[in-house]
Amino acid sequence: MVQYQNIITPIQISGPIEEGMPLPRGDSPRTGKAFFVRLFGIIGNAQIGPIYLGYLGTLSLVFGFIAFEIIGLNMFASVGWDPIQFVRQLFWLGLEPPPAKYGLKVLPPLAEGGWWLIAGFFLTLSVILWWVRIYRRARQLELGMHVAWAFASAIWLFLVLGFIRPLLMGNFSEAVPFGIFPHLDWTAALSIRYGNLYYNPFHCLSIVFLYGSVLLFAMHGATILAVGKYGGERELEQITDRGTASERAALFWRWTMGFNATMESVHRWAWWFAILTPLTGGIGILLTGTVVDNWYLWGVNHGLVSPLPQMWPGVVDPAL
Amino acid sequence: MKLWIPFAVSAGTLLTIASFVGAGWDAPPVESTQLGYRGTGMVLHRDVETQEALKAANVVPDPPWVPDPAGEKAKNIYQNVQVLGELSDDQFNQAMAAITAWIAPEEQGCNYCHNPENMASDEVYTKVVARRMIQMTQAINVDWTPHVGATGVTCYTCHRGNAVPANVWSTSLEPKPAGNMTQDRDGQNVASALAGNTSLPQNALAAYLLGNEPIRVHATTALPSGTSTAGTKETEKTWSLMIHMSESLGVNCVTCHNSRAFNDWDQSPPQRVTAWHGIRMTRDINATYMTGLDPVFPANRKGPEGDVLKVGCFTCHNGVQKPLYGVSMLKDYVDALGKKGDTAVPDYTKYEPGKTQVMGADGPTTLPAPAATN
Repeated sequence: MVQYQNIITPIQISGPIEEGMPLPRGDSPRTGKAFFVRLFGIIGNAQIGPIYLGYLGTLSLVFGFIAFEIIGLNMFASVGWDPIQFVRQLFWLGLEPPPAKYGLKVLPPLAEGGWWLIAGFFLTLSVILWWVRIYRRARQLELGMHVAWAFASAIWLFLVLGFIRPLLMGNFSEAVPFGIFPHLDWTAALSIRYGNLYYNPFHCLSIVFLYGSVLLFAMHGATILAVGKYGGERELEQITDRGTASERAALFWRWTMGFNATMESVHRWAWWFAILTPLTGGIGILLTGTVVDNWYLWGVNHGLVSPLPQMWPGVVDPAL
Repeated sequence: MKLWIPFAVSAGTLLTIASFVGAGWDAPPVESTQLGYRGTGMVLHRDVETQEALKAANVVPDPPWVPDPAGEKAKNIYQNVQVLGELSDDQFNQAMAAITAWIAPEEQGCNYCHNPENMASDEVYTKVVARRMIQMTQAINVDWTPHVGATGVTCYTCHRGNAVPANVWSTSLEPKPAGNMTQDRDGQNVASALAGNTSLPQNALAAYLLGNEPIRVHATTALPSGTSTAGTKETEKTWSLMIHMSESLGVNCVTCHNSRAFNDWDQSPPQRVTAWHGIRMTRDINATYMTGLDPVFPANRKGPEGDVLKVGCFTCHNGVQKPLYGVSMLKDYVDALGKKGDTAVPDYTKYEPGKTQVMGADGPTTLPAPAATN
């Protein structure tokens, strides 16, 4: 029977559990007994666990849970502990940073942003511990540090938004609130207040890398799936031993756009694009309000803004 | 048996249907009007069905009759006519008939404001409010032409047959935070009815359309110069007001702004100037007229937090950029509502409903206490 095999993985291997290499002395044992889940096998590996938590992972989860609880309970309290409102308005609810009058005060009243600072502290701790854990596990398995540095790039943007930029602005009120719609409102408000982030060149770069990441992901994923029937999924082997899958994929791109990435370099492209998205974005945010107060006017000074014909010459600021 | 397939397909179908039906989308067709220079995205999109419904709901009623401006003045015929006394008898009665049709509940008619035994008496609080509202309408038409133009406003612009206009606001703290040491949520982060159900600040109208907080948040220099102190929180508050304005008028940002530089007046359509005056006009209405009447309004005519009901852009506009599609009703009531009568303001704190006979600028006169009977 003809089967189209490229949306899900129809073939699943069930065999003995793969335990992985033994851990060195001093490391905590892996937790849990591994098992197979057919549904997970459709989208990834069917084997679940065992997981390595260690003290870093455990502490990270504990601190993350504390932050999650502080945010969630404060959201619940912000609608007067009304469970119906909590569910109905969940996406609207948030935890606000302190108002501007408290500046960089380390612990303003809990009701006025104190909880935000505490939640932010625990969340930051949790994220950093998780990063150390990623780093240590990668070292343990004698991998490269690629995942750790990629994660660090995301943490950089997170810290710029919630900590470094507020420090430079001298005010925690400039930081991002927790919450679904509240943080989106903050994002748009930041752009409006600082004269349109559209004209922030680092914002431009970040968008290029973001959209570029999507494009690369689509191109690479599509290419490998398309040559799957020639064994293209064995990418790493094909780096050194180009088979017909690799040849055909390369030929396809050279025919359509004149240039092709290789089985190895396409992953460097993707990795750098992904890394550079939050890296450049973080620089753009860091400059906003600290170095540049109005990106539109900055853009006018630096030839970024296209001049428009005067449509309504009679309009003047009535407050003048 | 691959049971998950029918389950997944039904779940997907249900979610798709729900997202189309339940999210309150505007179904096509949508009409688009270019407002600014090509390529700037300054396009106003309006849902055709919504526009048809609005057109049907915003029709100007005919005047009860065309009054004769000649004849004895009302102040010489009736007692306690403080503001409309210069009208002719016929004009005065036409204005009263119109106001009754526009505002009074049908079953009450004149009696909604008047004691039928003594039409001159100010003992019904709605009469005192109505007099102040007539002064307000006159002031809007005379003093606020930069906003209302020659079209002007009448009672109907807001009331539309309702004793209380359908779209008014008062302080909203709901749902109230639990208090104590939990976060106070800073007046935001719940679905705000006055800001298009966004999570933006709930009480921005109180800050700008009653209070006088600065609306402008932008820096006017490229680099920090210390002159612009507003932060993102103030910006969210201003944005909340802007959402209220655009929802009230059924327009989007680019009706007044070139969104690439919201603050730049040189790139703004002239509607922004009209709106700027409208903000000041609304502030004046709320500060001078609505809150001034606070002692007169009974508790059931106030908001849940006990402040008087106030006006916003939606009170007159009702979803339309030019209220009642710019058709002037004022032309039929020029002498009553297009000119200022007496502008004196009584001390409303002295008003006693059911007792005060004349609520004049010189202070209220009340009936003598009824003689004790056995």
